Amino acid sequence: MGITIPLNPVEPFLRGDRMPHIWCSGCGIGTTVNCFARALAESKLPLDKVAIVSGIGCTGRVAGYLRLDSFHTTHGRAIPFATGLKLAKPELTVVVYSGDGDLIAIGGNHFIHAARRNVDLKVICINNFIYGMTGGQVAPTTPIGATATTAPYGCFERPFNLPYLAESCGAVYVARWTAYHVRYIAHSMAEAFRKKGFSFIEILAPCPTLYQRRNKLGDGLETMRYYKQHSVIKHGASTRDVDLDFQGEIILGKFVDIERPTLQQTMEQRYRHTLQERYVASARR
Amino acid sequence: MDGNHAACEGAIAAGADFAAGYPITPSTEIVERFAARAPMVGATFLQMEDELASSIAIVGAAWGGAKAFTVTSGPGFSLMMEHIGFAAMTETPCVFVNVQRGGPSTGLPTLPAQGDMMQARWGSHGDYEVIAFCPNSPQESFDLMIEAFNLSEKYRTPVFLMMDEAVGHMTEKVIIPSADEIEVFPRRATEAAPDEYLPFKPGTDGVPEMAIAGQGYRFHVTGLTHDERGYPSMDWRTQQELVGRLVGKIRSHAEEISRVEERYVEDAEVVLVAYGISSRVALYAVEKSREEKLRVGLLRPIVVWPFAERRIHELAERVKAFVVVELNYGQIVREVERAAAGRARTVLIPHAGGTVHDPNAILGVLREVAEWV
Repeated sequence: MGITIPLNPVEPFLRGDRMPHIWCSGCGIGTTVNCFARALAESKLPLDKVAIVSGIGCTGRVAGYLRLDSFHTTHGRAIPFATGLKLAKPELTVVVYSGDGDLIAIGGNHFIHAARRNVDLKVICINNFIYGMTGGQVAPTTPIGATATTAPYGCFERPFNLPYLAESCGAVYVARWTAYHVRYIAHSMAEAFRKKGFSFIEILAPCPTLYQRRNKLGDGLETMRYYKQHSVIKHGASTRDVDLDFQGEIILGKFVDIERPTLQQTMEQRYRHTLQERYVASARR
Repeated sequence: MDGNHAACEGAIAAGADFAAGYPITPSTEIVERFAARAPMVGATFLQMEDELASSIAIVGAAWGGAKAFTVTSGPGFSLMMEHIGFAAMTETPCVFVNVQRGGPSTGLPTLPAQGDMMQARWGSHGDYEVIAFCPNSPQESFDLMIEAFNLSEKYRTPVFLMMDEAVGHMTEKVIIPSADEIEVFPRRATEAAPDEYLPFKPGTDGVPEMAIAGQGYRFHVTGLTHDERGYPSMDWRTQQELVGRLVGKIRSHAEEISRVEERYVEDAEVVLVAYGISSRVALYAVEKSREEKLRVGLLRPIVVWPFAERRIHELAERVKAFVVVELNYGQIVREVERAAAGRARTVLIPHAGGTVHDPNAILGVLREVAEWV
C-alpha cells in the first residue's frame, strides 16, 4: 500500500537535484519562481529555447534552480551577458532574473542602455529593498528612514522608482507586483514572454531575515498581509506616480505595454536600408 | 594595412561572428573596421556602454554559439578583468585584444608601451592560466589573431592578443591567404545525449566538451566553484579539482603552446629578449652589434604566456647573459630571471613607454655586457 503523492506542477521546471534552495523561510523569491514556472507552463514556450540569466545575490541564485539553459554571471552584468546571448542566438527567449542591487545599483548602467536599445529581454527584478546575500546593506531601493547595516541611522537617500526608470529609458512593457499577487505575477510574466522588446517586471518581496526584522516589520507572513492590505492595482497608472514610500498605498499593475522595434529589428533594418544587397544576415538570425 | 586593421581581418578569417567593444585609443580601429565589415560577412557588432558590458557580452555570445572577441587598451583592460576571470572560470572560448599604451591610469593614450604584460597574466583575482600572443608586425597581428581564436576553442579559455600602439598603427604589407589555406579550430561541441551530458567533465586533455544554449542540454554555468554538473559546490575538494584543472589544462600543454623566434642565437654569448615592437628595435641592435663582432642573439617570445621557460633555461647553460628590452619597468624580465635560475645574468633595459628604445642605448648595454667575464 503506497501513497501516491501528486507531482507538484512546477517540479518539471526545477532542478530537483539542487534542492533544498538557499532562501530563508518567509523569503519572497521562491514564491516568484513558482509563478515563473507557472508562466512557463501557461505560455507553452519550448523549454529548450528558454535561457535564464542571473547576476549575483539571493535572486541571482534563481538561474541555478531552473531546469533551463541557465547562467549565473557576475555582479550586475546579467543584462550585457544576456544581450550577447540573445544576439548570438535570437531564437532563444532570454530572461534576466535578478535582484534590485544587482540590476539597478552595480548593473544600473547596463539596465538603462538595454532598455534604450530595446534588447528583447524579459527582465524580472525581485526588489526586497536590501542587499540580502551580504547581510542587509542599504540599496538604491531602500526607503527613506529604513535602517540597514550600512545605514544604521536610517536611509537618507531617495530610492529609485523602478517602473519610472524603466519606462523613461525605453522599456516596452513595465509592470509591478508584490510576492502576494502570485496569479498576477504569473500572468504578467507570460505576457512579457509574448512581448518583443525590453520588458520589465518589478516584484516587491519580503526579506524577513534582514529587512523586515531589522525594521520591525514582522515576518514574511505579516509582510504578505501588509502587501495585501495596502496594494492597489492601477493598470496604466503613470509611472511617475508610483513611487514607493510605504506611507500610503502601494501602486501595482501593468503600467506600460507599447510596441517599439527591438534592437535586432532596428539593426537589420538599418543594414538592409544602407547596404542593400551587400548585407549578409547572420546565419544565426 | 596597419596592425589594427590586420587584427580585425584575422578575427574575420578565424570565423569571428560577434564582437562587442567600447572605443578606446589606440585600439579603436579594430572595432571600427569590424563594425563596417560585420554586416557584410554575417557577423554582429555592438558598441556597448562600457568595457564591463563588452567583456561579458562576448561571453554571453560564445554560449550562444558565436566566436566572439573584444578589443581595448589599458584603462579598458583594467575594467575587463572581472570577465577575464569569469571566462576562465566558465571555460568560455573568447579573445581579448589589448593594444597597449602608456600607463598607469589614462597615461599616454596615443603612444606605445608594454606595461600590461603581467596584468594579462595575473590581472583577475584567483588562480587561472592564460594564453597570450605578442605580434610584432601587421602580418603577425593577422596570423596570431587566427591562432588566438584557435587556441581559445582548443583549450576553452580566454586568449589575449597583446599588441602595442606601434604595431597597431604600423602599416606594412599583409598577405591574407585564401580561406581554404586557413586552419580554423572548431568549437569542441558535445555530441553526448542531453541526459548523459556533464558540462564540466574534462576530456583526456583536461578540456570539457561544450554545449550551446538552445540545443536541449539545459545546462548550468556559474562563476561559483562548480562540479562536473556545473552546480555550485562550496567545498575545498571541488575547488581543488576545478582550479587544479583550469591551471593544469594550460600548464600541461605549456611546451606545445609557447613559442619563440630566435635570431643569431646559435653562437650567441648574450641573448636579447624582446617581444612586440621592442623586438624590432632589439633586432636592429643585434645586427649592429654583429657588425662589431659581438656575439649577440635575439629571442622573441611570440607566445608570451605560457612563457618559454624551458628554452630560457637551456640557453642559460651556455650564454653569459640575457638582456631584456621591454617598454615597461620590468615585467617579462622577471620570467627570464626565474627561468635562468642564476645560470646566466639577467639585465633589464627599462623604458616607461611613449616611444621605443633608442637602439644605440641597447648597443651601449650590449658592449658593456660583452666585456663581462
